[in-house]
Amino acid sequence: MTTTLTEITHLPTLALLVCCEYLAIFKKTVAMHEVFLCRVAAHPILRKDLNFHVFLEYNQDLSVRGKNKKEKLEDFFKNMVKSADGVIVSGVKDVDDFFEHERTFLVEYHNRVKDASAKSDKMTRSHKNVADDYNRIGSSLYALGTQDSTDICKFFLKVSELFDKTRKIEARVSADEDLKLSDLLKYYLRESQAAKDLLYRRSRSLVDYENANKALDKARAKNKDVLQAETTQQICCQKFEKISESAKQELIDFKTRRVAAFRKNLVELAELELKHAKGEEFDDKHLPER
Amino acid sequence: MIDDDREDLFAEATEEVSLDSPERDPILSPEPTPAITPVTPTTLVAPRMESKSGTAPASFDRSREEIEEEANGDFFDIEINVSDPEKVGDGMNAYMAYRVTTKTSISMFHQSEFSVKRRFSDFLGLHSKLATKYMHIGYIVPPAPEKSIVGMTKVKVGKEDSSSTEFVEKRRAALERYLQRTVKHPTLLQDPDLRQFLENSELPRAVNTQALSGAGILRMVNKAADAVNKMTIKMNESDAWFEEKQQQFENLDQQLRKLHASVEALVCHRKELSANTAAFAKSAAMLGNSEDHTALSRALSQLAEVEEKIDQLHQEQAFADFYMFSELLGDYIRLIAAVKGVFDHRMKCWQKWQDAQVTLQKKREAEAKLQLANKPDKLQQAKDEIKEWETKVQQGEKDFEQISKTIRKEVGRFEKERVKDFKTVIIKYLESLVQTQQQHFTITLQPFLIENHSNKNVMHVGGKSRELTLQAHSL
Repeated sequence: MTTTLTEITHLPTLALLVCCEYLAIFKKTVAMHEVFLCRVAAHPILRKDLNFHVFLEYNQDLSVRGKNKKEKLEDFFKNMVKSADGVIVSGVKDVDDFFEHERTFLVEYHNRVKDASAKSDKMTRSHKNVADDYNRIGSSLYALGTQDSTDICKFFLKVSELFDKTRKIEARVSADEDLKLSDLLKYYLRESQAAKDLLYRRSRSLVDYENANKALDKARAKNKDVLQAETTQQICCQKFEKISESAKQELIDFKTRRVAAFRKNLVELAELELKHAKGEEFDDKHLPER
Repeated sequence: MIDDDREDLFAEATEEVSLDSPERDPILSPEPTPAITPVTPTTLVAPRMESKSGTAPASFDRSREEIEEEANGDFFDIEINVSDPEKVGDGMNAYMAYRVTTKTSISMFHQSEFSVKRRFSDFLGLHSKLATKYMHIGYIVPPAPEKSIVGMTKVKVGKEDSSSTEFVEKRRAALERYLQRTVKHPTLLQDPDLRQFLENSELPRAVNTQALSGAGILRMVNKAADAVNKMTIKMNESDAWFEEKQQQFENLDQQLRKLHASVEALVCHRKELSANTAAFAKSAAMLGNSEDHTALSRALSQLAEVEEKIDQLHQEQAFADFYMFSELLGDYIRLIAAVKGVFDHRMKCWQKWQDAQVTLQKKREAEAKLQLANKPDKLQQAKDEIKEWETKVQQGEKDFEQISKTIRKEVGRFEKERVKDFKTVIIKYLESLVQTQQQHFTITLQPFLIENHSNKNVMHVGGKSRELTLQAHSL
């Protein structure tokens, strides 16, 4: 009989817990969306996109259709082709020092960010497990404390309270870590992947350009379809130069943004820790008497 | 013969003898009693205070009660330490020897400070002897630490890794707690086997504690038989106190097991957290290395260092989680099993008394029949048997009353000890949690804070009043 009673009194706490979880996830999602929109808005070209303007201004429901099966399958195959191609294309050494350096840097950086992101996720998950354990211990202690009204039971109730406080702090610390560190790393994992993709596209266009050059030479030698070859070559050249220019700019921006984002998040993480340290109610004064 | 022994006891008691009296020793059998005694020598054991005459035990009682009061008043001046685990021998015959050091001012012991070397089976042997002598009359004998074949095999094989060191440390701490609890018991402290265990440099090897020995198998058979018997005994509980207490202990057992499981999960997760933090620290360091922006690279390296320190912190906390909290709960779960065992003994005692009554009744009926049949020679035998069983019934009743009285006292003592134990250990544990949290904050904020005695932006970290100035990190 006693056990069911304690279960009932614990329901509100359970509901609260679920709300806290939801709030934490909500915060995360909001933050990620904000970052995405700010990035688009800051981009010199993308900010002028009509879709973006519609997204920001249209005050009624945007009925966005999700990708159907066919489109998802197309994406999948495109990715396969891209990665296969990427391996081939990356073998080509670049004349431009800047891009060569960037490529080496990006490959290494991407791998390390991937590793750091995975480890950070594991760490955050462990933190959450510890917080959950505190919660279970707190409720067990509470059950022990409600057996009767002797001294030891009052003691157990007090200890249960303290465990609850610790759990809240642990949960907050782990949520902060998740928000500021894990998400940051996850985001830069995808960013560095995007940068790598950009380099791939440039290399692709370089290969096309070189192929066009070779084709032109062959055409001139055979004296056949020279004009066509010349036009193709010119188009390829233009494409290559354009992509090289924008890629250079994008990569420089990437670095600036990366430094700024890391700085912002690390400082914010520290500030949150400070807030918790100050607002900390969990100190010696609140321990029960011996 | 039995009567004679009782006479001796009375004779001594009237002389107001101190507990060091040499006359007492023969009765208490100074030689090590056999490790397994299926039939307990009840008359040879001191704690029985029943008597036929009313005067004699009074003074005997008093001197014992004096000791008990001393115990309750915390004048129990005896301290036991178990230390220096040392591997002796090689291969599968190897074992760990532990140093048992006793510091005491109790006059019963020959010295005030002494130490001996004991191995794990010695501890088990001691417990076995004490349990055999005292459990069936209602004393709660603290259980010894559990055997572990896996753990010991690793040690024997000679694996010098952290898990076998951990195992040895866990065992050492458990043995220390076991002895400390045992000597806290005023009755057990008087026992010569315990004294011998603490004092004698050489101890006969307790082979009967091995699981697969003849004695071990007998033990298992007895345990099974007991379990069956328990199910068949339907006791008419006339004393509500006992029913209440049994229920209480049942509840407590369940709650403690649940709590113990949660704490063990915590220990496991904290170890995981520590490992994951260390892995992350390394990863962050690598990331910092590949970052070509110098300031950011430095910041990431600092982050890696911070996380490494925090990992260290987590490890220490896991250690505390375990040794303070988890082991305490484990000990009490086993202690409660011992308490339940004592209640079971009382039931068995009651059963014996009832059986004696039934037999007496049968004998009386037989006698009545013989009276009618008029067989004078068999009649005398029947009358003798009736006398015998009347005595047994009386004895059974006395035993039952005695064990009930002892249990009440023991349970009272147990509850007091439990409250003290829990409070002390849990408060210590909470202090460690608080400290860890404070240290966690200090470590994470280290790169951002400098000690400064000026009054700008002072803040207090946690409960300690450290004045620190917050300085923005220049990236």
